[in-house]
Formats: sequence, structure tokens, C-alpha cells
Amino acid sequence: MLSGCAVTAAFEACGITHVVWIPDSLLGTWEVNLQQSKVLRLVRACREGEAIAIAGGLLLGGAKPIVMIQCTGLFEAGDALRNIVYDLGLPLLMLVGVRNLLAYEAGQTTDNCPVFAEEIVRAWKLPSVLLDPNRACERDLTETLRDWRRASQAGVVLIAE
Amino acid sequence: MLNNREALEVIGKVRGEQIVITTMGSMGIWPDISDTPLDFAYLPSSMGQGISLGLGLALAQPSRGVIAVIGDGSLLMNLGSLVTVANHPAPLHVVLIDNGVYELTGGQLTPGSRRTEFAALARAAGIERAFHFDALPEWEKCAADALGGSDHSFIWLQVDRQNGPPPLPPKRPMTEQIARLHQELERRT
Repeated sequence: MLSGCAVTAAFEACGITHVVWIPDSLLGTWEVNLQQSKVLRLVRACREGEAIAIAGGLLLGGAKPIVMIQCTGLFEAGDALRNIVYDLGLPLLMLVGVRNLLAYEAGQTTDNCPVFAEEIVRAWKLPSVLLDPNRACERDLTETLRDWRRASQAGVVLIAE
Repeated sequence: MLNNREALEVIGKVRGEQIVITTMGSMGIWPDISDTPLDFAYLPSSMGQGISLGLGLALAQPSRGVIAVIGDGSLLMNLGSLVTVANHPAPLHVVLIDNGVYELTGGQLTPGSRRTEFAALARAAGIERAFHFDALPEWEKCAADALGGSDHSFIWLQVDRQNGPPPLPPKRPMTEQIARLHQELERRT
């Protein structure tokens, strides 16, 4: 299971230095574990475009950040994403919560976030992996992030919520 | 009132070893003043994100210092960033060049042009060291202090509107700028 403890361990194993984020109802539950890390520095932004640009600055300065936001914020932050990944060419790593994906797949919600989240990541031509936190484990996240870091490429881990 | 070039020339005299990020109209003037690997013209940019890029850089390089030169139109697109800056101690000095217009699109007024009290906004966001200058002698006198120190500051400079289009930005490609910056930062580590 991808708990806060597992996510924190995965980030640390991949050499992540900063988590630039805005919590959502799942990601927020990981805060206690993230805060207890002796390695990770948490940076809370006001808006997701900011989070992406802050991560861009961290990358320019030699740090290894990950941006952690909900898909609604990803939608909002498109221009910052375009700029940091494609204008500056920086290997931006993101972990994005897909709001109501599990309920959508079960036919239990009319929320349209699940309709758009993966499509928009594809439209931005970003490699992505979708993980169900109830089934995935720390190793799944670690290996994905490590592969992208080794290749110095941007990537998005989508988390089914 | 100040003009943009005068305002930037003062920064050039006191910036020391700090990284200077320029955006929008300032990018065309700054290379006349300084063109080192620590000078980063944020072009192409995401509008409003110069301050956030600067914060990230300052957090990654806390012993160095970053000066982010932004415009009033840009800041209005990302006002929440003032709160983010205030809550993450880092040597980021935000210089707001406020000419009251969207210079690059032909000089249309920004919302709240010449009415918004930007230093007050910064203070209200939690940035205690917030300054306002609209005349050269005072800016020259206070710049070293305002742009120094290990914690953030916000400097609101009211400048004249330019007549005519702004100067052209530099042609150095982003990949080259980033490589130069990385090399310099590694050299000094």
C-alpha cells in the first residue's frame, strides 16, 4: 500500500530533496510522515503553477524536487508546466492525485476530473504511470521515479484517488 | 520619478555575487549592465513565475542570494507567491519594476495601475522587509541594505512609462544560460 510512510521512503530512496506541494484529501494524509523526514524539505505553495516554477528554480539551483498536487491544480498550471519542461528543458518530476478516479471507475461519481487527467498528461507529452495506492507499494513508486531521474527526464506519477 | 535603466543600474552596483533573474522589459536593459553566468534572463517564461523561479533558486542556494526583477503585470498574475515567499525563509530579494502598464503588449494599463500599494501587499503577506522607492537618490542610498541579508525582501520601484517599445531581450538560448549557471554554481561550491 502507498501510505505516507511508503511515499516518504520512496522519495528519500530516490534522492528527492524538496517536496513542493499543495495537499488534497489523499496527499494531505501523508503530511505527518513527510514532515518527519530528516531529508525532505516541504515547500507549500499557494497555487500549483507556483509549485511548478518553484521546482524549476530548485532544479536550476541543483536540488532534486518533486511537485505533489491534485489533478485540478495540474489543469490550472499548464503554462508553468509547458515552460519548465519544454522551454527550460528541466526534468520535472510530479506526483498528481486523480480526484475521484476510483469512484468514477465504479460508476459512483459524475466528477469529470478522471475524464481529463490522463488525457491532459498525454497531451503534454509527458511519460506517466498510474498507481492505485491500495495496490501499489513503495517499490513501484521508487522504481518509477528512479528510472526517470536516471534518464534526467520529466515524468508524472498519477495516483488514483 | 525613476526610469527602468536607472533602477537597474543601481542593482548592478550592489548585487555582489547574487544571481539576478530578469524578466520582461528589464531583460533588454540588464545585459548592458551585467552579463555573467549569474545573470539569468527568464525568456521564454511562464508569465508571473519569475518570483517563484527565484524562490526555488534561493532555496537551493541559500548561501548565495537571488534577486528576481519582475514587473507589476507579472506580479498581479501570481500574488499568492508573496505569501509563499514570506513563509519560506530564503535569500530572495524581489524587485518590482512598476510602470503601471503591460509594456510588451503596447502599454495598456495593468489592473490597479498607480493605485495598488505593492509594498503594503508584501508586508501584509508577511514580508517584513518591504520597501518603496520612486526617486533615484533614495534608491541609491538604500539599495545595498534592501538587497542584502540572508532573508527575503521586497522592493517596489515606481518607474516612468517608457515611450516606444522596450529594448529587445538577449539572444542567448536558454540551454546555454542554464549550462553557464550550473557551471558557475558548481565552481563555487
